[in-house]
Amino acid sequence: MWKFIHRFASPKYFYNISGKILPPLGWVTLLLFVVGLIGALFISPPDYQQGESVRIIYIHVPAAMLSMSCYVAMAVAAAIGLIWRIKLADIVAWAIAPIGMTMTIIALITGSVWGKPMWGTYWVWDARLTSELILLFLYLGFIALQTAIEDTRSAARASAILALVGLVNIPIIKYSVNWWNTLHQPATISKMGKPSIDASMLWPLLVMIAAYVCYIGWLTLKRSRCELVYRERNTSWVKKMIEENP
Amino acid sequence: MNQTPLHEPGLFEVFGTVLKRELTLAFRHRGELINPLMFFVIVITLFPLGIGPELNTLQRISPGIIWVAALLATLLSLDTVFRSDFEDGSLEQMVLSPQPLPLIVVAKLAAHWMLTGLPLILLAPLLGYMLAMPPEALLPLMATLALGTPVLTLVGAIGVALTVGLNRGSALLSLLVLPLYIPLLIFAAGAVDTAASGMSITGHLLILGALLVFTLTLAPLAIAAALRISTT
Amino acid sequence: MLEVHGLSCERGERLLFENLSFSVRAGELLRIAGVNGSGKTTLLRLLCGLAPPDEGEIHWDGQRIRTTSEAWRRNTSYIGHNLGVKLELTPLENLRFARAIGGATSTEPLEALLDRVGLYGFEYDPCRTLSQGQRRRVALARLMFSNTRLWVLDEPFVALDAAGIDFLAGLLAHQTGRGGMVILTTHQDTPLKNKIVKQLHLDAVAP
Repeated sequence: MWKFIHRFASPKYFYNISGKILPPLGWVTLLLFVVGLIGALFISPPDYQQGESVRIIYIHVPAAMLSMSCYVAMAVAAAIGLIWRIKLADIVAWAIAPIGMTMTIIALITGSVWGKPMWGTYWVWDARLTSELILLFLYLGFIALQTAIEDTRSAARASAILALVGLVNIPIIKYSVNWWNTLHQPATISKMGKPSIDASMLWPLLVMIAAYVCYIGWLTLKRSRCELVYRERNTSWVKKMIEENP
Repeated sequence: MNQTPLHEPGLFEVFGTVLKRELTLAFRHRGELINPLMFFVIVITLFPLGIGPELNTLQRISPGIIWVAALLATLLSLDTVFRSDFEDGSLEQMVLSPQPLPLIVVAKLAAHWMLTGLPLILLAPLLGYMLAMPPEALLPLMATLALGTPVLTLVGAIGVALTVGLNRGSALLSLLVLPLYIPLLIFAAGAVDTAASGMSITGHLLILGALLVFTLTLAPLAIAAALRISTT
Repeated sequence: MLEVHGLSCERGERLLFENLSFSVRAGELLRIAGVNGSGKTTLLRLLCGLAPPDEGEIHWDGQRIRTTSEAWRRNTSYIGHNLGVKLELTPLENLRFARAIGGATSTEPLEALLDRVGLYGFEYDPCRTLSQGQRRRVALARLMFSNTRLWVLDEPFVALDAAGIDFLAGLLAHQTGRGGMVILTTHQDTPLKNKIVKQLHLDAVAP
């Protein structure tokens, strides 16, 4: 078992395997997006209350869910890199960070666009949007710290600690923001929850979530491969590979 | 080396000596002791100037103002808590010490809290009064600060430890630490608000107490790990 | 006994050294030599556990130092480029602190120690008012009350006058004489008094 993990963590092995996975994964992603968007935009019914504007949940909900999952994945990868000193894990954490941050931004923008017809304004301090905003700060902090420290190794270790501290704090932040919101919520703002999901809306949502997951996986692998080659550029296997493929 | 017997410092001795050293160092820079406090007062003063002196408005937002000011003042004062040691090599010696680094860290931060957190707690009721805070909220304000300022110091120190090796750490420090301060801010300001309307805040204080215990247990470990990375 | 196997280290974009292996036994002094920038300081910091190597292992008494961290720190003393001496404090206060965060240290009175190291009369002056050589003597006093087996010293002779150099050389000889180990870097052809002096030239093993 350890041997398998060590083999997988070997940069050269990862590079070869990911090279084989990427094309099929890319096609699957594309397919899922096409199916999902058709389902989202054309097939699924408009909402009784919100009309056509509900369709934005097919973009917003997966983005919001995955912004959270990406942070967890990033923190876990960083922790693995910190504890077992596996360089590949550091690279994966570095790769996921901007992707997760983008998901958060998408969630914030689509969330506020979704809310405009209901609230009359693009921004309200409701629990979920506020939590997403704080998550954005956590991502920015992680990326900023990595950029600020010059030595790659120290940067990875320091940001791993930050990611873990953030991870531990996220449940606390979510709980406190929810509580804060219930304290101060004026009665006029209606709850912006997911509408009770009907099957005809559920399947496009699930397809879109799957599409997002595949896309994030594809993009992470691609970024990791590039960064890996850059960081290992002085090793023999990279030099050989460059010679063979001018 | 010589025939004198060996002595291993006990944990209390380690804590006490480090604490004493920090306080001694702080008093050798006596003039700087008042800076965090002045910052606290000035920031609070800015709000009536910016928002208008209407007492009703100020009363409504006074818990938030005082807590945000306390949070910023603590962060500002923490910025240099490890820097001097980092620059003259003392931090390396602490990292290499066989004594538990988290213990040394807690002693340093305890001294820092005594010099910044404690004065904040004592000064806060006066400032609350100036912001038209109802008298029944003043003691709760002190209570939340008493439980919360140690958390501010400990969590802030994590960020400082991560950035101590960087030259221009200050703005980055705020980005790293302020999101982590948010739960504390919400609970503490919420508690003072609740107290101002005359209700009991036992539940709030229990949550703040739990936050303190949680932070006191885990933060020193994170700070020690971050210091080891920064002194690489 | 300290053993180093296959040590590699990269700083920034440069590979400082690669596949370095050596050992230091009780009673030995290892002098690490090399031109500026060859990685001497980095190697010393790896050896005392401040920085993890990119590749390779360091073994102390047969065990990896990473797994026996506290025991390792208990047995090592390090004086780097930055002396670890606080300028606002007096030598006495500095030593009091150093003793509190050390391991098992001798109970010799600090004033007597400072006298032996040549700082009689300066015990109560803030180190800011002392010369660079005097500050180094404060740092050296730490070695005198510690009971550690390995000393890792980065250019310890810098700023010392002739008497100081002689004193330190004697100190180093005493350390190896009682079965301890010393690893140091020093530019000058310093008069070392130790019986066994090994050399490691980093330029010779540069990649």
